[in-house]
Amino acid sequence: MSEINKRVGFYPGCSLNGTASEYKTSVLSLANAFGIELEEVPDWNCCGATAAHNLNKNLSLALPARVLANAAEAGMKDILVPCASCYNRLALTLHALQDESVRAEVEALIAKPLDAGIRVMNMIQFVQEYIQPHLDEKIQRPFFAKTACYYGCLLVRPHEVLHFDRTEDPQSMDEVMQTLGVGTIDWPYKTECCGAGLTMSRTDLVSKLSGNIVADAAERGAQAIVVACPMCHANLDMRGQQSSGKDTAPIPILYLSQALGMAIGLDEKQTGIGHHLTPVKPELLCAKQPEQIVQPEFKKEV
Amino acid sequence: MNHEAQLASKIATETNIIVAKCYQCGKCSAGCPLATDMDVTSSAILRLLQYNTEATDTEVLRSNAIWLCLSCDMCYSRCPNQIDIPGVMDLLRQESVRQGCTNAAARNIVRFHRSFLDVVQQTGRSFEMGMVLDYKWRSKRWFDDLALAPRMFLKGKLRLLPEVVKKRKEILRLFKRTLFLRKNV
Repeated sequence: MSEINKRVGFYPGCSLNGTASEYKTSVLSLANAFGIELEEVPDWNCCGATAAHNLNKNLSLALPARVLANAAEAGMKDILVPCASCYNRLALTLHALQDESVRAEVEALIAKPLDAGIRVMNMIQFVQEYIQPHLDEKIQRPFFAKTACYYGCLLVRPHEVLHFDRTEDPQSMDEVMQTLGVGTIDWPYKTECCGAGLTMSRTDLVSKLSGNIVADAAERGAQAIVVACPMCHANLDMRGQQSSGKDTAPIPILYLSQALGMAIGLDEKQTGIGHHLTPVKPELLCAKQPEQIVQPEFKKEV
Repeated sequence: MNHEAQLASKIATETNIIVAKCYQCGKCSAGCPLATDMDVTSSAILRLLQYNTEATDTEVLRSNAIWLCLSCDMCYSRCPNQIDIPGVMDLLRQESVRQGCTNAAARNIVRFHRSFLDVVQQTGRSFEMGMVLDYKWRSKRWFDDLALAPRMFLKGKLRLLPEVVKKRKEILRLFKRTLFLRKNV
């Protein structure tokens, strides 16, 4: 544990408090290791995700707006949103609120004033800004396994609103992973959709899409897939392996925060890698803890 | 069914998206991850909307495709005329529910979205277990993913009790004001 020298707003979102609790654990321990305290947005609510924008436009703006209003009330400027879906909804709402008439309408819906001075950050942006500059000196267990960085759709699109990385061949996560000493594969499925919110209602389609992604990564020699979204993770981990072909060994799916956590020597409890359906074996991905490495003894020449 | 305000003009006034800009290059359909599963592809939907007739508008609203659209924005990012196709899809879905002409094959997708929002309306947050039970009740698909549940539970992925926001009244008021009405599809 290091000294706290920075505070950043934090919107975990519902997934991180439910099925993706290990993502939350790993994000909090990673931030802590770099001296950053993540402060939760007070009394936050669900962003509405896919369901709200599919069924009611006003609801899809009002739910994220309440989160933004609560954050502003608490004096937060930057909010880390590790879930790509929440990040996308909050960013789209901030964008829509730039229109005065929309802002007035939404303020009436939530009965709270909206402050414009808030910035939402996705997991990769947070790492670029707060972790990457100090990463080199902290790496204890460099990665040797080839990884495939999977961004999914919601981190990079629509570019008109998010202005983050390239829409089809993003590089930001690859660059972070390369600092860990790992080679990342070049592949065409980086931003292909995993099937997202249809996972319950059209499991067949989600298995097909996620299966294609996992199978392509495997074919190109990836030994792990790194993601920054709990929905991508759930679909690749649960649905993608079933249909990716029987002859390939299942590929572990890691969160970016878990990969970084493992590299800086956090233990399994702190990274939460034991909670995935597809088992993660650290010894196959990164070097052993330095203290466990036994220095070979050389015989003196006679 | 009466032909209400024509869809293309409704889309233009409510979202500022002009479907007439589409010149049918087909890049959206070519890049769509679910194009082969759709009854009408995205470029065909835009073409139908351009016809501006009651028959074509109805065909669009009754399609299964509008519900399969994942809003992954691949089409939007590739469109040479920057037409926000997922934005069009959002409006079409809402219109399809409002006019009561949702495609029969898409009912479970709509049921799932309703189950999701039901839980959010009650607690302010989404809660997987509650949502899944609500969905199973609506869709009667009791046996889906039954084998997955114990594995997820053992991995600590299933929460048994929901989290509730402190100011539930704010959430209920917000739902009321957005005129989101509970309606069984």
